[in-house]
Amino acid sequence: MKVEEKILPDPSALKKEILSKYPSKIAKKREKQLIINDPEKDQPIQANVRTIPGIITQRGCTYAGCKGVVLGPTRDIINLVHGPIGCSFYAWLTRRNQTKPPSPDAPNYMMYSFSTDMQDSNIVFGGEIKLKAAIREAFEIFKPKNIGIFSTCPVGLIGDDVHAVAREMKEELGINIFGFSCEGYKGVSQSAGHHIANNGVFKHVVGLNDTPVEGKYKINLLGEYNIGGDAFEIERILEKCGITLISTFSGNSTIDSFEQAHHADLNVVMCHRSINYLAEMMETKFGIPWFKVNFIGAEATAKSLRKIGQYFEDKALIDKIEEVIAEEMPPVKEALEKIKPRTKGKLAMLFVGGSRAHHYQELFNELEMETVSAGYEFGHRDDYEGRKVIPTIQVDADSRNIEELHVEKDETRYRPRKTEEQLKALEAKGLEISGYSGMMPSMKKNALVIDDVNHWETEKLIEFYKPDVFCAGIKEKYVVQKMGIPLKQLHSYDYGGPYAGFAGAINFYKDIDKLTGATVWKYLQAPWETHKQVEANFVIDVL
Amino acid sequence: MRKVAIYGKGGIGKSTTTQNTVAGLVEMGKKVMVVGCDPKADSTRLLLGGLAQKTVLDTLREEGEDVELDDVVKSGFKGVRCVESGGPEPGVGCAGRGIITSVNLLEQLGAYDESQEIDYVFYDVLGDVVCGGFAMPMREGKAQEIYIVCSGEMMAMYAANNICKGIVKFAEAGDVKLGGLICNSRKVDNEFQMIEELARRLGTQMIHFVPRDNMVQRAEINRKTVIEYDPTHPQADEYRQLCRKIDENKMFVIPKPLAIEELEELLINYGILN
Repeated sequence: MKVEEKILPDPSALKKEILSKYPSKIAKKREKQLIINDPEKDQPIQANVRTIPGIITQRGCTYAGCKGVVLGPTRDIINLVHGPIGCSFYAWLTRRNQTKPPSPDAPNYMMYSFSTDMQDSNIVFGGEIKLKAAIREAFEIFKPKNIGIFSTCPVGLIGDDVHAVAREMKEELGINIFGFSCEGYKGVSQSAGHHIANNGVFKHVVGLNDTPVEGKYKINLLGEYNIGGDAFEIERILEKCGITLISTFSGNSTIDSFEQAHHADLNVVMCHRSINYLAEMMETKFGIPWFKVNFIGAEATAKSLRKIGQYFEDKALIDKIEEVIAEEMPPVKEALEKIKPRTKGKLAMLFVGGSRAHHYQELFNELEMETVSAGYEFGHRDDYEGRKVIPTIQVDADSRNIEELHVEKDETRYRPRKTEEQLKALEAKGLEISGYSGMMPSMKKNALVIDDVNHWETEKLIEFYKPDVFCAGIKEKYVVQKMGIPLKQLHSYDYGGPYAGFAGAINFYKDIDKLTGATVWKYLQAPWETHKQVEANFVIDVL
Repeated sequence: MRKVAIYGKGGIGKSTTTQNTVAGLVEMGKKVMVVGCDPKADSTRLLLGGLAQKTVLDTLREEGEDVELDDVVKSGFKGVRCVESGGPEPGVGCAGRGIITSVNLLEQLGAYDESQEIDYVFYDVLGDVVCGGFAMPMREGKAQEIYIVCSGEMMAMYAANNICKGIVKFAEAGDVKLGGLICNSRKVDNEFQMIEELARRLGTQMIHFVPRDNMVQRAEINRKTVIEYDPTHPQADEYRQLCRKIDENKMFVIPKPLAIEELEELLINYGILN
């Protein structure tokens, strides 16, 4: 399948117009964040810096990244939010992370919303006593094996020591309790929260259970959050291939499985931005190599499976993977052949996540649609340009504020899964170990890459490109749709999904076909907006 | 009703000066309420003859929303009304937020209503203006006139200058004004002239120079103001003078805070003069 070589329009004039409305200092900053792509060149983009004050940003907060994204989809932990009730209520299942406990009585606390519900007097006198009471109460009722405590903004301001409370309660109740200092105001976006979550899970959970895990090809899947059931589809495919998935960080996941994650022989990374820290730390401590995969897109899924086969260098596995691909592909092709004539040449724009804006371009490629513009909400330069730029990324004060764990080889459990030579040999064969080449090199020339897009820019982009579909989140959805452009939410998938793997690809083709084929959008303008006013004279017959 | 807030560096003698001044005012027949805005809750000790039994925040915490004005207002020396805002123990929670909560509660309970027929409210505020909460008495017209207690010591003057910056900020948005500096003498060289000059440069006045006298300490040990403990002592007259000057004060300004270099120059000029 090959996308027809079509030249994208040069957006220089658009970029100029967008920047012309900004005060000069802001224009100077935004200029470095709006890049007209040239895949042949190294083009630095400014990312992971503070949003311009007063602008309508897509970004979320650090607490959202830590509690909502990374820890949220894990079912056997009570995620207790220490703060006023709103922080908890508005993070309650809004990402549509699904989970499937093995039995009805297996622990699953995801449908609950736990909060200390801080009041004025807890702010004044400190909230530690109430936090302890909440932990005891949650323990009394649910008898969980794990409790995580998430700090919201006021907790950081008044200085409640959630870590000391966690230690004390862990001692008292004899279960695993740990805290996260993920106050919303930390960092420039939710990205800081991902990092804090990675650190916490690594420090307090990974490696706690040394009971061996059975399986020939044991892997962990990192950065897959089971939105709309994506993880279920990936699990199905891996199982069919005979690959043992020890844990997923963190879709359809359990703390129990994280505790055993160090038994895996390979970590595959989906969302590079939110989870690469964990992959690196596990490599350093336990000797588990990692590489980037993408299960979004049927071809991408096949490619990712083949990479796993290549890594294990086992003919039985390689053959099995080929067999699975051969079996899964025909229905995908069949669906695609029907839909592609309608979607071919249509335009898409994606402004979402720290990896999703990249991953979903695969699906649009398969539909032979053009991605004219894309960008991340909270990506860093390496997500755009590839990990090769990491040594040149300037660490600013905002990033320095986030703890960087110092990890060393585990004295007894460090076991390199592959020797240096073996890894080099694999790389020579084209398997990119510990690497990610980023979104920009895979995008076409003249595609407009924008970091932290805002509403002013969104409006101008829509005017210029008149895209057939816009992919973003709930905050953008209705603004864009009121302009007559269908918006597909890639945070929650609206009500759809799964979109991962082979079955997911078919779902996506169908949903995009429906959205871009709908005629309803042209009725969005009221008749008086398009038709001239009907004029008439008022005549009085005096005869 | 005149609404007065007393600010100044920690340990400078704000509470002592406030209570002695208030004692003078009630002696003159004025009806006064003192609101202590310090978590230590020791702003009314001399007027009550000991620490207040219950602060506003403690009461609020224990009684829930069902709080009456009489639960938090205690009557002290010659009927002065005493309130302690209270707050958390050192190192926990947010004392600033506590002051906001407690001042709001007092308002809701009608502590400042016309029917109370109060002539003066005094806010005695902890230390420097460290955060938004401690600026509460200045905000939204809670206090209209500010007096800063200071001495000729560098850090006290530095704090006074800093507080002036806070006043400027709120003066522009509301109607708070600086009424003057009260020099609580530490017997520093040229203290009188130095504070008078500081006041002049800030665009205000040194409203009174309170000399240092051990009588203050003696009265404090007895949990009394000087005016109550030894009404005939000369120090009692100093406080009476101060309270008369405040009562007659007409000079309310938006101060002009000094640059730090200017402040240091002032100190050098007056410190080395002799």
